[in-house]
This record gives sequence, structure tokens and C-alpha cells, in this order.
Amino acid sequence: MNFVIPDVVPAIPEIFMLAMTCIVLLSGLFLQRRYPSLPYMLSLLALVGAVVLTVALYKHTTEITFHNSYIIDHIGSILKVTILGTCFFVFLYCRRYVADRNILNTEFYVLCLFSVLGMMVLVSAYSFISLYLGLEIFSLPLYALIALQRDAARSAEAAMKYFIMGAVASGMLLYGLSMIYGATKSVDIAVVSQVLTSVPASQNLILVFGLVFVVVGVAFKLGGAPFHMWVPDVYEGAPSAVTLFIATAPKIAAFAMAVRLLVDMMPLYQVEWQHMLIVVALVSMAIGNFVAIVQTNLKRMLAYSSIAHMGYMSLGLLSGNAQGYSAASFYIIVYTIMSLGAFGMVTILSGKGFEMETINDYKGLNSRNPWLAFIMLLLMFSMAGVPPIAGFFAKLGVIESLVEAHLVWLAVLALVFAIIGAYYYLRVVKVMYFDAPEHQSRIDTTSMDTRIAISANGLFILVLGIFPGIIFNLCKAAF
Amino acid sequence: MTLTAYLIIGAILFGISLAGIVLNRKNLIVLLMCIELMLLAVNTNFVAFSHFLGDNAGEVFVFFILTVAAAEAAIGLAILMVLYRKRHTINVDDLNTLKG
Repeated sequence: MNFVIPDVVPAIPEIFMLAMTCIVLLSGLFLQRRYPSLPYMLSLLALVGAVVLTVALYKHTTEITFHNSYIIDHIGSILKVTILGTCFFVFLYCRRYVADRNILNTEFYVLCLFSVLGMMVLVSAYSFISLYLGLEIFSLPLYALIALQRDAARSAEAAMKYFIMGAVASGMLLYGLSMIYGATKSVDIAVVSQVLTSVPASQNLILVFGLVFVVVGVAFKLGGAPFHMWVPDVYEGAPSAVTLFIATAPKIAAFAMAVRLLVDMMPLYQVEWQHMLIVVALVSMAIGNFVAIVQTNLKRMLAYSSIAHMGYMSLGLLSGNAQGYSAASFYIIVYTIMSLGAFGMVTILSGKGFEMETINDYKGLNSRNPWLAFIMLLLMFSMAGVPPIAGFFAKLGVIESLVEAHLVWLAVLALVFAIIGAYYYLRVVKVMYFDAPEHQSRIDTTSMDTRIAISANGLFILVLGIFPGIIFNLCKAAF
Repeated sequence: MTLTAYLIIGAILFGISLAGIVLNRKNLIVLLMCIELMLLAVNTNFVAFSHFLGDNAGEVFVFFILTVAAAEAAIGLAILMVLYRKRHTINVDDLNTLKG
């Protein structure tokens, strides 16, 4: 038996990440008393290092290693850099929040970093085994993260709900994968897609059966309706800093999973999964937009808005052409940056002993801090899809690809839902600018770095709206 | 036994676990058991396919699933402990403070 040592170079960012996470864990254990902010600094360093390595390893060609189970390609590198960058900003935003609430400091950063490691593995996975392991490495720390604030009863409840739903989702996904394995005799995505070219869908019911479960699993992880039950509860129940993390980076990882399993593995079964994704997209947009209208809690409202956004994103995926895939990846990146800003705002405005959670808390934010109110206005307009902010171009790209795929009726419905959705985003703006504040005191973020970060985040959305080409061309080149 | 028999067993196990998760309104520990059962149903499928197709990738996958299932159970029970300390109940119906 000969064993070939695989080429480890494509996985260097992940290996670096793992090593750094262990170092952060040890530093927190032994050195935190002397240097309290050491784990935080090291975590930021780990993220920056991983970004540098990912960019340095970036090539225009696709490379597969570890016995066909690991891939490094264009879209993977883009998504990895976005995940790492997002996590960097998450850490900047929630440093004070975590310190104020007695959430275990080191553990918070370590669990986030482990989760990011899992997401990187998932993005690069090219066989069912590495895909499943990546999925679990990124999900398991998230369950623990939500329950990290041990004195809050509602976060324990949220953690339990997320745990059960997440476990059911991976069970469904695995069941589907086992069917596909049975039909194709392989767990490698490359080999499976090769085999599928010779088998038409109508002759292979077991494959279609497996595909149903795979789509359900993906929809669960993305948080699209009708598998969205956990999203609002988890977003509301988790501490804001954790919500900020859950609402951003995992969406990209789930999108990567959808791309690997549907676009890379089953391009010829596109007709089958298109029908399922149409249902998911329509129900998500309907439930997300309508239920968000009646919410009074901003975190819960944003949770329903994320369901709606996942609906818009799947519109791009289901259109089934290269333009649609690149539009969907542009959408998910823009959405992540927007929700990073919005949940980041909730996190940095919450001070010691109070949460800025309900929409009423934002009354008169303009008179309490005009600059932050302006950033929030940009984010809300972007989510609603007001030109010339990035959210508009994301929606435009997705709808264009629908028209290209001759699904005009779906494009029209998407527009109608977008108009309904604009109402609840504009309500936040109205509350901030035209309502009298309940407290007169000026509200402020204490540290310079969060102020710079949130400003950069909001302005980036604006710049991206004026020059969408910066990221859009990258996404276009990926498919 | 034929492959079909094993697949039917897998499907029945999967169905039982799904029904348990949906119908059970009493005990959270039963929910955790159902989740484990779901993974075992998947394992049955993989082993059966692996045996009848003569390909051992499925068996390797089963080892990974078993390992992850153990880790998952540990986290699930840990969350259950936190929940019980706060609420003094593990009744599924009592998980209702988050709504709307």
C-alpha cells in the first residue's frame, strides 16, 4: 500500500488558523491575568494573518488536494476573505460588550475563531466528509457561544433551539448525502458530478430523493423559510455580540455549501433543484417581509429581514446561469456587510446594563448622535434597496439574472416584496429622525476603534453602491 | 438480507426520530435521543451502501459521523444543564419566552 503525502500548501490558511486559535486559548489560560487584552489582540492577529495567507495563495487556477477532498478556487478565496474580514469587524464591535457583561473573554474569541476555521474548511470542502466536518466545526462552537452568557435564561433557551434545529438540519443533509452516495458510489463531489452527467434525473429517483434532503439541509442552514423557525428566536435570545456573529459569517459559509452541493455537484439537475428553491425563495420573501412589519424588537425585525434576504439571494442561485451565480455571491457578500453594520450598531450602542434592542430605543437617535444615526440610515436604505447604495445593485443583479432565465413572473413578485419590505426599514429611519428621544443624554461609543470601524462599514456600503464593480467583477470572474 | 431491507430500516429509524422531534412536547432529553437516532439512521444507510457497493468510503464516513455525534451530544447536554439551572424544568413546552 502506498501512501502519497498530500500537498498541504492550499490548506495553509486553515492550518495557520488552527495553530493561532490554540495559541489564543493557551494565552488566555496562562497569561490573561497579566495581559488582559492579549487574547483579543492575538485573535485579531490570527484573522489578519489568515487573510494575508489566503490572498497570497490565491491563484487563477483551481487546485484540488487531500485525495480529492479539498479545493482551492476563485470563489472559495473570495468567500474566505469575506468571512475573515467580517469576523475581524465582529471582534472590533463586541470587545466592550463582551467585557461589560462578564461573558468569558478568551472563550468568546476562541469559539468564534474555531467557528471561522470550520467555515473556511466548509468553503474549501470538495468531498462529503470534509464538507460535513467543516459544517460541524462551524456549528458546534456557535451552540456554545449562544449559551456563553450563563446568567441569562433566554440565551440558554435560544441555544437549545439553535442546537436542535442545527442538529436536525445536519441529519437531513447527511440523509440526502447518503442517498447520493448510494446512487453514485462516491463521496467526492468531483466524481459525483462526473457520474451524474451520464444519468438523467428522470431515471434516477433515489438521486432526486437525496437532492430533496440536501436542499432542505441547505435551506435550514441558510435560514430560509419554511425552515426559518429558529432564526428570530436565536437572533433575539442570543447576546447581541453573538447575534452579530451568527447573522454574518455563517450566511457566507451556508452559501458556499449551497454552491458546492448544488452548482458544483449537480449542475445537470438544475431543473429539479430550481423548483425547490423557487418555493424556498417565495416563502422566505413573503414570511420575512410581512412578519418583520409587526416586530417591535430591532433584533427580531432584522432576523425576519435576514430570512427575506436569503430569499432574494436564492433567486440568483435558482436562475441557474453564470450571471445568476455571480449575482447571488455578490448579494450574499453585500448582505453580510449590511447586517454586520446593523447588528454592529445594536452591539456598540448597548452600554453597561442596558440593551438598545427595541425600535423605540432608537427614537431621536439623530439628536443624540447624528453621525451614528446617519450610518444607520445608510444601512437601512441599503437593506431596503434604495439607489445608489450597494443593496440596490445586489437586488438589481439578482432580478436581472431572473429575467435572463425567463422567470419574469418571479422577478415581478420579488420587486413587489422588496417594496413591502421597504416599509419596515424606513420606519426605523423615521423613528431615528422624526420622533422625540426618550432620553436627552448624548449616546456614544466609548472607543475610537469601534467608531472608525462602524463608520468604515457604513461608508463602504455607500462606496460599493457607487462603484459596485470592485466586488462584482471578482464575483463575475468566479463562475 | 438485501440492500432494500437495510434502506427500509434506515428510513424507519429516520422517520421515528423525525416524528419524535416533531411530536414530543414533554422532555428535552428525548429530543436529544431523537437527534442521535437520526444520525444512526444515516449511519445504517452509509454502511449498507458501502457493503453492497463494495466501496469503503462510506464506512470511513460513518466513523466521522459517530465522532461528531458524540461531540454534539456533549454540547447538547451541556446546554441542557445550563437551561435546567436557570429554569428548573426540561419541559419542551416551557421553552416559550421567545415569541412573536
